[in-house]
Amino acid sequence: MSTPAPVAVLGVGMHPWGKWGRNFVEYGRVAAQAALADAGVDWADVDFVAGADTMRNGYPGYVSGATFAQALGWNGARVASCYAACASGSTALEAARTRILAGLSDIALVVGADTTPKGFLAPNAGDRPDDPDWLRFRLIGATNPTYFALYARRRMDLWGATDEDFAAIKVKNARNGLANPNARYRKEVTVEEVLASPMVASPLRLLEICATSDGAAAVVLASEAAARRLTTDPVTVRAVSTVTPSYPNVVPDLPDIAADSAIAVPAPDVTFKASIAAAAYEERERARVSRTEGASGGSGDGREGDAGAPGHPCGRGDPGPA
Amino acid sequence: MPAPAPALGAEGWFTTEPEPALLGHRCPACGTVAFPRPALGCPNPGCASDELEPTPLSRRGRIWSYTDACYQPPSPYVPPTDEHLPFCIAAVELPGERLIVLGQVVAGVTVDELTVGQEVELVVDVLFTDDEAEHQVWKWQPVEAAS
Repeated sequence: MSTPAPVAVLGVGMHPWGKWGRNFVEYGRVAAQAALADAGVDWADVDFVAGADTMRNGYPGYVSGATFAQALGWNGARVASCYAACASGSTALEAARTRILAGLSDIALVVGADTTPKGFLAPNAGDRPDDPDWLRFRLIGATNPTYFALYARRRMDLWGATDEDFAAIKVKNARNGLANPNARYRKEVTVEEVLASPMVASPLRLLEICATSDGAAAVVLASEAAARRLTTDPVTVRAVSTVTPSYPNVVPDLPDIAADSAIAVPAPDVTFKASIAAAAYEERERARVSRTEGASGGSGDGREGDAGAPGHPCGRGDPGPA
Repeated sequence: MPAPAPALGAEGWFTTEPEPALLGHRCPACGTVAFPRPALGCPNPGCASDELEPTPLSRRGRIWSYTDACYQPPSPYVPPTDEHLPFCIAAVELPGERLIVLGQVVAGVTVDELTVGQEVELVVDVLFTDDEAEHQVWKWQPVEAAS
């Protein structure tokens, strides 16, 4: 594979984030119109709409690409609907980017909008014991913060991260929110205020947990050729990472109750979380690596060993160099 | 008193005979182990087997990490008491299977009493009780407190 060409971001828009209690389509349309205005692009010139949301929006959410296109007024654009939980927006962005890079779209609109319950995000109602998301809530009481708290606590116990270290992240995020008129909280907080907030899932406190909010964000993407017509100084997207884990995924992850066993296939050198960032960098580096492949032995993605290690009944051994 | 029964969703996930243990599933072809049972056969992409054999997992393991639930989780969690009592959750690495399994820690243990690397033991305990049954689930118990 060659290094993908950049795609241009022509404009961005948001609906303010908060507890509004209205329909997600309304938020999405506001964000989309703001992004189109920011880009100076007419809706009629958009040829692809990628929609993103989560499971809380019923049928219009299942077909979010078409829902947002209809809300803006049918213009004949192709659509895609993306649901990938917290990665829904990235998935929609990737759908638009790949269609542009395939030469099938000049100007694409990516819209993500959502509504949220009060308090913890929770599974859909009803007894559904074949659903891993339902099982973790029923059998363990494991909320989303549970998983992030496990990662944070392990970092503290093994490598000495402190409560103050984690609080500093919130302080930084709150400061960034000050610059965004659409942010839910436009208020600085101190390390002391973070540490004084109630514990939710030790070591994570209330001010360190994402406040579930209603809102939307939208991006207008364009091919390099279209961007040259419309702007002289575009921001560009060089990589989007939407990778999945490589077996065995040995670190516990939402929504599962257990990780994969490393008893038959050794764990990859890179954990899933680290592989997400690595994949983005690799996308840019791929052309360079492929030029020197004979010397370097591959892309370093930890999957070179798939061709089969001797002595293993499944022909799958060490997934990468130690 | 209602009779004990595995909680909905956890039927066949653990045993109490001869001792409490999680029931994993081992692939006879590649030797990997999975918990809970994968619905569609061996989870190893390098293995084509659809056959999985139930196997009791290690009864003891070491804490990979831990946290607690200071606020009552939303439904489908069923609170065992009227007032929420915070409980701990541990991710425990089983040495024999090189597998990490989450579970509640037995009541009465706080995060201050837990540490990464600590040895814990599997017990079968009450998740909640209603008119139908004493709904059972697996929990982790610090080995020091097991006596």
